[in-house]
Amino acid sequence: MAADSYEDIAVDKGDVIPALEVPPQELYHAKSFWTKWIFCQDAKVIGIQYSITAIAIGLVALVLSWLMRLQLGFPELFPFLGAAEYYQFVTMHGMIMVIYLLTALFLGGFGNYLIPLMVGARDMVFPYVNMVSFWVYFLAVLVLVASFFVPGGPTGAGWTLYPPQAITSGTPGGDGLGIILMLISLSIFVVGFTMGGLNYVITILQARTRGMTLMRMPLTVWGIFTATVLALFAFPALIVSCIMMTLDNLLGTSFFMPAIVEFGEQTEYSGGSPILFQHLFWFFGHPEVYIVALPAFGIVSDLISVHARKNIFGYRMMVWAIVIIGGLSFVVWAHHMYVAGMNPWFGYFFATTTLIIAVPTAIKVYNWVITLWRGNIKLTIPMLFALGFIVTFVNGGITGLFLGNVIVDVPLSDTYFVVAHFHMVMGIAPVLVVFGAIYHWFPLITGRLLHEGMGRFHFWVTFLGSYAIYFPMHYLGFVGVPRRYFEMYDSEFMAVSTNYLNQFITVVALIVGFTQILFLYNIITSSKFGKKADKNPWKACSLEWRTPEVPPTHGNFGKELPVVHRWAYDYSVPGATDDFIPQDIPASQVPNAEVEKT
Amino acid sequence: MRKKQSIFQLLSQKPWEPEQAKLDDLHDGETLNLSKGKLGLRFIMFVSTIFFCLFIVTYSDRMIYADWQQMPEPFMLWFNTLTLFISSSVFIYIQLSAKKNDFDKVKYGLIIIGFLALIFILGQLFVWNQLINLGYYVSTNPANAYFYVFTTLHGIHLLGGLFYWNITLRKVWYPKNVEINKSKHTIELCAIYWHFLLAVWVVLFGLMIFS
Repeated sequence: MAADSYEDIAVDKGDVIPALEVPPQELYHAKSFWTKWIFCQDAKVIGIQYSITAIAIGLVALVLSWLMRLQLGFPELFPFLGAAEYYQFVTMHGMIMVIYLLTALFLGGFGNYLIPLMVGARDMVFPYVNMVSFWVYFLAVLVLVASFFVPGGPTGAGWTLYPPQAITSGTPGGDGLGIILMLISLSIFVVGFTMGGLNYVITILQARTRGMTLMRMPLTVWGIFTATVLALFAFPALIVSCIMMTLDNLLGTSFFMPAIVEFGEQTEYSGGSPILFQHLFWFFGHPEVYIVALPAFGIVSDLISVHARKNIFGYRMMVWAIVIIGGLSFVVWAHHMYVAGMNPWFGYFFATTTLIIAVPTAIKVYNWVITLWRGNIKLTIPMLFALGFIVTFVNGGITGLFLGNVIVDVPLSDTYFVVAHFHMVMGIAPVLVVFGAIYHWFPLITGRLLHEGMGRFHFWVTFLGSYAIYFPMHYLGFVGVPRRYFEMYDSEFMAVSTNYLNQFITVVALIVGFTQILFLYNIITSSKFGKKADKNPWKACSLEWRTPEVPPTHGNFGKELPVVHRWAYDYSVPGATDDFIPQDIPASQVPNAEVEKT
Repeated sequence: MRKKQSIFQLLSQKPWEPEQAKLDDLHDGETLNLSKGKLGLRFIMFVSTIFFCLFIVTYSDRMIYADWQQMPEPFMLWFNTLTLFISSSVFIYIQLSAKKNDFDKVKYGLIIIGFLALIFILGQLFVWNQLINLGYYVSTNPANAYFYVFTTLHGIHLLGGLFYWNITLRKVWYPKNVEINKSKHTIELCAIYWHFLLAVWVVLFGLMIFS
């Protein structure tokens, strides 16, 4: 294919675009240990603070999952673990993993670290607000953790916190402080997130470096940007429902609480609508899936492109798909409520929209696969995790098509099939991307590589182990094993083989869980003793690898900001000397490179 | 260099095409012709609007149930609404004075805004007191609950506004030559937020009166 050379696309008088000068006074400068490492306004440090906090609370959720699995596999092992504790663990595990780990890690962690670097900015536009955002998040985590130590313990209402049971006394934590602390913690989280979201959106829209058009941005930034916009629409629904339920609980209002008899006594509630809570919750809850998934989509696109040494296939389609998925995610929420007794016509509508969302999602999957097609694939650890993500996401997505249909969902809704589905699609798949991203950007953050052997072991045990855990759960669901039961031993309506399967799943879950401890060990030791990395070890094109110093220092780009001359995917360009052309390299420096077509 | 583009034109760009690259190389990296402060304020107002809209949706859902009993409308609420209208008018006056660099008038105007805000908050508390004395408690009826929730949330937004009003007042009180434009910008943002507070209250008050 005859192609124009890059020389032709240089600006008329050579590459003389002046760099953008940012006056030094606009940058925040830390003056003490406290302002440099604790109350820091540098987005990179804030990103790391978010990540450490999220991973720490995620470990709590991991331990809770072990206890739950031990209870399910070996019900007589822990006499102290009864139904109440089991439900408390389920609730806290779910809420922590979805909100306090994944949302905080993708947006607060990766968002803070990568956005300014990838768009060529020195920092977020409102650094002080950004710092406050982290501490408000930290406070939300503390309030959540506090609920473990109050009388009655944390709430055991299930992560969806459905009323009326969430605030009635039969539910663990329902008549004590447990549920109140959960609602307060969620409200604080939303306030903190809004502060962070303000920074992510405005930095991406207004503080990009010269030449960085929206359509030249890496897909990671597109994913984080769209997810943040979704969160701005969705999180208000969460805080509204939290405020109303708190009032129902503390002041005796009846927003969600119907007239109800509790332990033989008529309560003072009357006329409230529990279904209204469900609508509000899922108006937040379904976009939340994409708030987690879209950054993962973006990051995995970049990982695949970098490690397959090929430009991402259908960049524009990838952007459109992210935006369309984001839009559609607001009109599918009631597919979580097929069994809630709503009008069947609603179910018909929401089943249709749910199936439609598979179209842009499938486009993304095809584009990832086509990007790999005839690429110079390097099976690095980030690439392994990216490949693992594609397979897992396809698996989880396909079971989603099953459950999106009302007639299939109704019999499967309360079984382990659903547990398998959502863990595959929004548990394991995004977590694989988190791991891939950490292996990919660890050299940028620390200047060192993670240990290769431990990394590969971590991947294979996590990937295969996840399948050993969740594949059998589909089977359990099909044979009718119900979810939410804390003890299933000797249940007459279940085959004995389901018990063996539960024991097998428990053993594998423990192995996979302990492998994550090995991963943390790898992070801690490699950050100090790991092999020193080159400045751009993966030979990536995007700007985060183009800082004068790696790890990037305060202000990111030294004296002058980079000027962008191309998109972030110029890999294996015919005619170019190297197999990558970074975004800030002008056409004059790669005279023989040919224009790519995609 | 930026041309006005629709979102569809923007998303249709082919960044790898030579012609597009020539344009892209000259792009200054800003998407909208807005200051970061203004965009930030719009962002906050946007999130708040969604927040109140969701409350309004739940209000319209809840009010169709049989137990809903409309509350009385104390006259004081009209007085409070008038206070907010006057605040917005004073802010227009402040903005005009700032344009003419007449910062003495701006100072007086901002102090009046503070007083009006205080009167509004006290007025709302007075209404609460009146209703409680009449036996309209928060848990008595969902309509009462919504009234107290709406007034509280609007009040919290007003307190947030007062925080920013304090920053604005300080900038005007201790002027520095280099920061005059920044002060004007801050005044403008504060004014926009106050108009927003008025709009939110008018919608909430209207909803409670006419439903």
